[in-house]
Amino acid sequence: MSNVLFDAPGPRARVRHRYIGVLTLIVVLGIFGFIVYRFIETDQFTAQKWNIFTLPYAQGKIVEATVATLKAFGLAAVLSLTLGLLLLVGRVSKHKWISAPTYVFVELFRAVPLLILIMIMYYGLPPLGYTFVTPFIAVVTGLTLYNGSVLSEVFRAGIESLPKGQAEAAYAIGMTKTQVMRMILLPQALRAMAPVIVSQLVVVLKDTALGFIVTYQELLYLAKMYGTQSQIGSPIIPSTIVVAAIYISLCLLLAGLAKFIEVRTKRGPAKNIKAQELVNEAA
Amino acid sequence: MDTLLNNLDVFVDGFALTLQVFLWAALFALILGTIVGAMRVSPVAPMRWVGTGYVNLVRNTPLTLIMFFFAFGYPKLDLPTVSYTTLAIFALGLYTATYVAETLRAGINTVPLGQAEAARAIGLTFGQSMSHILLPQAFRAVIPPMMSVFIALLKNTTVAAGFSVAEAGYIRANLSERGEPAIVVLLWVALIFILLVAVLSFVQRVLENRLKVLR
Repeated sequence: MSNVLFDAPGPRARVRHRYIGVLTLIVVLGIFGFIVYRFIETDQFTAQKWNIFTLPYAQGKIVEATVATLKAFGLAAVLSLTLGLLLLVGRVSKHKWISAPTYVFVELFRAVPLLILIMIMYYGLPPLGYTFVTPFIAVVTGLTLYNGSVLSEVFRAGIESLPKGQAEAAYAIGMTKTQVMRMILLPQALRAMAPVIVSQLVVVLKDTALGFIVTYQELLYLAKMYGTQSQIGSPIIPSTIVVAAIYISLCLLLAGLAKFIEVRTKRGPAKNIKAQELVNEAA
Repeated sequence: MDTLLNNLDVFVDGFALTLQVFLWAALFALILGTIVGAMRVSPVAPMRWVGTGYVNLVRNTPLTLIMFFFAFGYPKLDLPTVSYTTLAIFALGLYTATYVAETLRAGINTVPLGQAEAARAIGLTFGQSMSHILLPQAFRAVIPPMMSVFIALLKNTTVAAGFSVAEAGYIRANLSERGEPAIVVLLWVALIFILLVAVLSFVQRVLENRLKVLR
């Protein structure tokens, strides 16, 4: 294998690489082994601490918490995509009095940390009389405002990545502005950006975990609840492992979908460095 | 305005800790990220596996979950006691390192293969071609996206507030004892973050224009 950094290795380099490879594996297994050793030393793998996860009641609770996480994710995903499209329309508007406020809106909500946004909803609004704000509403609204803003920028980057001729040709055959956007630009932009959009949805899914901090009863909340019950030995590490497994598999599933779409459309995000940067910033 | 001025001490302490956490986590992420990034492009297969595995695993884990493990799980392991702040720095560093690694890898991949081949063809050694030809070019491509990673890190420091670190995200909890309205406090915190992000974005734009590679 030859790439920008290295030539294809010769026989001596191959031997050296094999030694380095073995050494790497030893070091990594060592670190991993140490963690497992600490777990065993501090009795994290005793039956007492894991027993709770074999009870149908606890398992039901875990399913419930997973559904709560997915509910916040699903609603926030749909709403952010909708808000993203609305903001996009505002952003590309020819009228300054529409596009300027939209620009400010997008920039503001991208710059505020998501957790602060959620806290404004959860702690800030109820004292002002908006008592209907539950943790669920706070989390979903925060996720929507933030990711909607990020997604609108992703959509815009997608439209800007299209050749100018697309819009010009559409106008030339007499399409209206709305038609050009709806029939020509958006479908192509969405296709080009599909992998980036799905990776942004992974961010939404990951960020539902912030709900834990404002007492939304999702997976981490449950982990803390079981993890601090002393009569079953405070199994905080076992419960974190269980919850982590669920979270990571859900995210990997979505990320796998992004990869699948990327391979299918053969348009890697490499062409859309700007959009990738947005996603980096969002995560 | 009164809310800010009357409680300036709390605001200053909070943001001072935020910046401290940010800088240490950035340093840690940069070091670990460079190691992982180098492993991702290494010619040694096991190194690539480890790098890829780490990036895929940690990238798909919520930051809150990582902090949760460090804040609640770590003290159970009978290891040397460290403060919540240090644990938060480790969690943020481990998480951000994956983004640093990916950015570096993407930067190295932007350098055309011909550059390296030409460098080797005129007899430069590995070290020479790295330091004179490849890294300077990769560095330019890496700076703007790297700033985005650090902007995200700055915003992510707030998550530590959920785990007993008294930084900017925690100002609200501190001031609710003094009877300040939460919404006003939080809006001030949000505004200061917007300013901090604006400063970083400005630096990013300046560097981007300075370092633009014309190809």
